Amino acid sequence: MQNSQNINTQKIRFDLQIIADLIKPNSKVLDIGCGEGQLLSFLKQTKNIDGRGMEISHTQVSKALIKGLSVIHGNAENDLVIYPDKSFDYAVLSQTIQATHNPPKILFEMLRIAKYAIVSLPNFAHFQNRFEIMFRGKMPVNKTIPFQWYETPNIHFCSITDFEKLCFDLHLTLEKKIFLTSHYKLLGFLGKEIIANLIARYGIFLITNKELFATGQEEFAFKNMVNLGYKPAIQSLFIKDKN
Amino acid sequence: MKVKSRFGPLYNEFEIGEVDYFAKDSKLKLSSGIEIDNFPIAYQTYGKLDAKKSNAILICHALTGDQYVASKNPVVQKDGWWDFMVGSGKPIDTDKFFVICSNIIGGCMGSFGPKSIDPKTQKPFAQTFPFLTIYDMVRAQNLLIESLGIERLHAVIGGSTGGMQVLAWGVLFPHKINVLIPMSTSYRHSPQNIAFHEVGRQAIMTDPDWCDGYYLSYKKFPKNGLALARMTAHITYLSENALQSKFGRNLKNKSGFSFSAKRDFEVENYLHYQGNRFVERFDPNSYLIITRAVDYFDLETDFEGNLSKAFFELSKNKSCKVCVISFSDDWLFPPSESKKLTHSLSACDVNVSSVVIESSGGHDSFLLKNNIFEKTISGLLIEK
Repeated sequence: MQNSQNINTQKIRFDLQIIADLIKPNSKVLDIGCGEGQLLSFLKQTKNIDGRGMEISHTQVSKALIKGLSVIHGNAENDLVIYPDKSFDYAVLSQTIQATHNPPKILFEMLRIAKYAIVSLPNFAHFQNRFEIMFRGKMPVNKTIPFQWYETPNIHFCSITDFEKLCFDLHLTLEKKIFLTSHYKLLGFLGKEIIANLIARYGIFLITNKELFATGQEEFAFKNMVNLGYKPAIQSLFIKDKN
Repeated sequence: MKVKSRFGPLYNEFEIGEVDYFAKDSKLKLSSGIEIDNFPIAYQTYGKLDAKKSNAILICHALTGDQYVASKNPVVQKDGWWDFMVGSGKPIDTDKFFVICSNIIGGCMGSFGPKSIDPKTQKPFAQTFPFLTIYDMVRAQNLLIESLGIERLHAVIGGSTGGMQVLAWGVLFPHKINVLIPMSTSYRHSPQNIAFHEVGRQAIMTDPDWCDGYYLSYKKFPKNGLALARMTAHITYLSENALQSKFGRNLKNKSGFSFSAKRDFEVENYLHYQGNRFVERFDPNSYLIITRAVDYFDLETDFEGNLSKAFFELSKNKSCKVCVISFSDDWLFPPSESKKLTHSLSACDVNVSSVVIESSGGHDSFLLKNNIFEKTISGLLIEK
């Protein structure tokens, strides 16, 4: 056990390390799309969190369960309804939002079940991508976006600016923004959004919903598992499900 | 105490192993209202109970299973039904854990069942045996656990009917468990499953040797009916793909059809084989009692139509975790029912995991070796 812990601690993905830094010790964390549970086991060992995961691939779920983690086989689009309101401190969605059908709905679900949402996403407006389209006339394919246009799971690509605009429109508060290149955090003036939108490969956002906090919803979605948090005005922003 | 029991149409006698008597001082009240006392439970244990009595794992067997999880079954002379899973160095490691498995009450392998002798009449209970529920079986298991001096079980694990018992443990004794692993099961028995059970029961009860359930007294045995019940049930334990890959349309006699009602296909032969083997080891009255108990199982209705309410007490046991395991091609207890179970557990904030394991063996997949399945079980049993 001791050995495997050391290996995990050393080998965690760079962006997951940044996410881990945002999470307070001893908190309760839901990792949506947790894969085989890399982030969860790292947080469990280093921050003593109470962690849960949701993962769509059953082989990945099995791998996480073998590690002794608690993971549900489920789909971020439909299955977040199963969690009671405010049952977590943090809900993490790492590089998945661009592959979902209804990003605003997922953001609201995350903020219904957790006090904070942590979302990381690849920045489509990175200068290299802009260059690919502008001068080569091709859809960008690189380390951050490693798929050809015909095989990509990413259906709702956005830039850092786009995502911030969405959060603004949804009246969500961005508590923290962190911009990354493949290996470094952007610092100082480079962290300014307009520049970051050009040179950052990833954005990580710590999001909260002050309005939801204030409404004082039922702690337990026991009687009614349907989401209580949506407001009619906000609902109009939702993209209608095609089904 | 060692006891002997008789089995099958030939009434062969076998030694059935450890048996203890329970509810000696106070009676156990069954769901039907009937009270029972001083009744036997036959069980097997593997491994050693540690000084703190904290390493006990209870395994709940399925409908027609028995207590011989990992040791030779004296009746059929075969390895235990979960031999690959339980033992020294195996996923449920008997070097670490003290494993208990008891024959459910209503069964026919030494525990209190319709084959037991009624002290009032000095004859087998047969049709006078009280009908049971899954809860009754679990309450009886709890008496056994208490008598072993165990206050808290590290885990309760079971598949199919055993999985229902696992869920009933979570409902009845939520503060006595660390890990619950219901496999290939559901929170209720579906109408389709009840229908299959009824076909089995009718097959038994319409056999001319049924004698209204008192076949033992007449030295008869409704073996054709029991075999037919098993054949029907066995189809539901496999899957279309499993039958296709195992037998296809292969003929028993390669030269062609017999142009008669005799068995032509290998799949027919296989079902008859399964039926005949079953008759040697199972009691028809037990089959009726246990299938009925399974049919009655429905946590949702028992808790006012809200499945989450069933697990409300369990959610207060913060050190408990549950893992719902289902198999992709199980059509008796399909993954969709496991999903509903998982969602209800999660909705009341139980620490629940779930996984659908890719399988090709249908409902019986939990009885088959499978690397991912075995590793998952051992991962779940890791202590914090």
